[in-house]
Amino acid sequence: MSVKTTRPVWEEKPTPIGQTLKAAALALLVLGVLFPLWVILVTSLSSRETIAEAGGFVVIPKGIDVSAYRTILSGGAVTRALWISTLVTVIGTALALTVTVLAAYGLSRPRSLGSRWLLAYFLLPFLVYPPLVPKYLVVTGLGLKDTIWALILPSAISVFNLVVVRGFFQGIPQELLDSARIDGASDFRILGRIVLPLSKAVVAVIGLFYAVGYWNVWFDALLFIDRNDMYPIQRVLQSYLLAGQAPHTSGATVGVTMPPTEAIKMAVVVLTVAPIVAVYPFIQRHFIKGVLIGAVKG
Amino acid sequence: MKRPRIPFRVRLQRDWQLLVMVAPGFLILLVFSYVPIAGNVIAFQDYNPYLGDNPLEAFLHSEWIGFGQFQLLFEDPAFWHALRNTLTITAFQLVFFFPLPILLAILLHSLLSSRVRGFIQTVVYLPHFFSWVLVITFFVQMLGGAGLLAQTMREADLQPWNIMTNPDTFILLVTAEAVWKDIGWGTIVFLAALSTIDQNLYEAAAADGAGRWRRLWHITLPGLRPVIVLLLILRLGDALSVGFEQFILQRDAVGREASEVLDTFVYYFSIATGNYGYGAAAGLFKAAIGLCLILAANKVAHRLGEQGIYAK
Repeated sequence: MSVKTTRPVWEEKPTPIGQTLKAAALALLVLGVLFPLWVILVTSLSSRETIAEAGGFVVIPKGIDVSAYRTILSGGAVTRALWISTLVTVIGTALALTVTVLAAYGLSRPRSLGSRWLLAYFLLPFLVYPPLVPKYLVVTGLGLKDTIWALILPSAISVFNLVVVRGFFQGIPQELLDSARIDGASDFRILGRIVLPLSKAVVAVIGLFYAVGYWNVWFDALLFIDRNDMYPIQRVLQSYLLAGQAPHTSGATVGVTMPPTEAIKMAVVVLTVAPIVAVYPFIQRHFIKGVLIGAVKG
Repeated sequence: MKRPRIPFRVRLQRDWQLLVMVAPGFLILLVFSYVPIAGNVIAFQDYNPYLGDNPLEAFLHSEWIGFGQFQLLFEDPAFWHALRNTLTITAFQLVFFFPLPILLAILLHSLLSSRVRGFIQTVVYLPHFFSWVLVITFFVQMLGGAGLLAQTMREADLQPWNIMTNPDTFILLVTAEAVWKDIGWGTIVFLAALSTIDQNLYEAAAADGAGRWRRLWHITLPGLRPVIVLLLILRLGDALSVGFEQFILQRDAVGREASEVLDTFVYYFSIATGNYGYGAAAGLFKAAIGLCLILAANKVAHRLGEQGIYAK
């Protein structure tokens, strides 16, 4: 990308009004994202007195009180939901990455047996979404209801990600692969020993996309998970924060003063956001490339 | 040019490992995409889930009724209402959401300090990775009846605004949420296109006396035109989808009248009630119109001399 770093001599000097407006717009945008995160984090860490004094939300922190986190992490619905979401995310991402990388390699060699037909087969679902009602009947018909597989299997391959990885594999110099083939290496060996080590960045980005998708799964849980002890975290977040149920925690806290409800609610939000904010900076540099490959080829 | 044909058996021997690698993905798409797509045929049935132990048996035993479900659908005022809401929201967002990432991309591109630009990009891309449950939670906590804004207004002895539950302004609310979530993400494609515009064009235009607005109009926007047209086509092809989770999640707060769109209609009038054939008919109608729209939009793009989604 060509990015200018100094103002070219022929360009007009910016007007003060223009500069101010520009800065104000961008500052507003950045604050619009960071401010809610800040308020929610601070409120989740506030004591009962601080929250009462502020009248609900706390903007300026006054001491740190982690009792809300201790309460929801000591067992109960939120703890269980966090485990289920972690399980879905880890198994789902591992499975989806395996399926995607294998398919991408299998489709990446020009003029292999059946490659044209197979490529068309893999690309068509990009244009035609699986319709909701028949998909619901298929998943329930397979007996996947109320299991984590109902959340994992239907999204275990995304055509968009497949296209991105395949495009990357095709950019690897063919001579490298040919020489390995002459030496008698099998395709599985070539994929594992040559192709994958060269593709760490793209695999990381696709892994992030899958992981975020699995962590965020909500609607599939609404469709396929009826037992509330199998709810993933987004479903629990929705029932506490949007449907107005009180976060019930484990019975062990009877007799102990409960931390304030506001702090508990905000702590659930923080725990839902945290994994995404935690992995995001490591991969952010790479994903722009991933998106662009997909956008150009798609 | 014709290549010498390699016998099937030799190719199989050479490529069987590739076929094995493709197999898992093939199976997943077969079961979770192709079977459901074929399953659309229950739109022509009076599908009764109780006619068998599993959906397949029920399908085999259900009665074929032709276009009966579609007839019911087209006579259902709730369906037309959902369709009207969907199209209104699409049109509204085309005007008030679609141009924003273009503006933001131009703004970001004009920044001289790459560190400031990198920081802003990092921040504004982030909400794209939040689930809709989270996004709406943020809005409720900030702008809702018990949110920070209402809290501040009460302290100032003002009557708090009714933002999250007002059906009349719901269209503004869903657009604001969509902007908050995806304005940053939407800039990526435009930023890439901006960086490919030849800088000499700007210098030559400036030498000819074109001011910054004229350069924007005559160089920047034409440079972005192919990308804008492509994204418009994709958006038009998706005109009947305006987001699903976003609307289900807020339906209780603002009511069905304002928030029912085609996708939620399919869910509430079919899966929630067990009336599967009816929902399949609505889904099929939506998919068919969507396909026509995208092909039509692509044709128009080709007429206008743009590339569209596939080269002719």
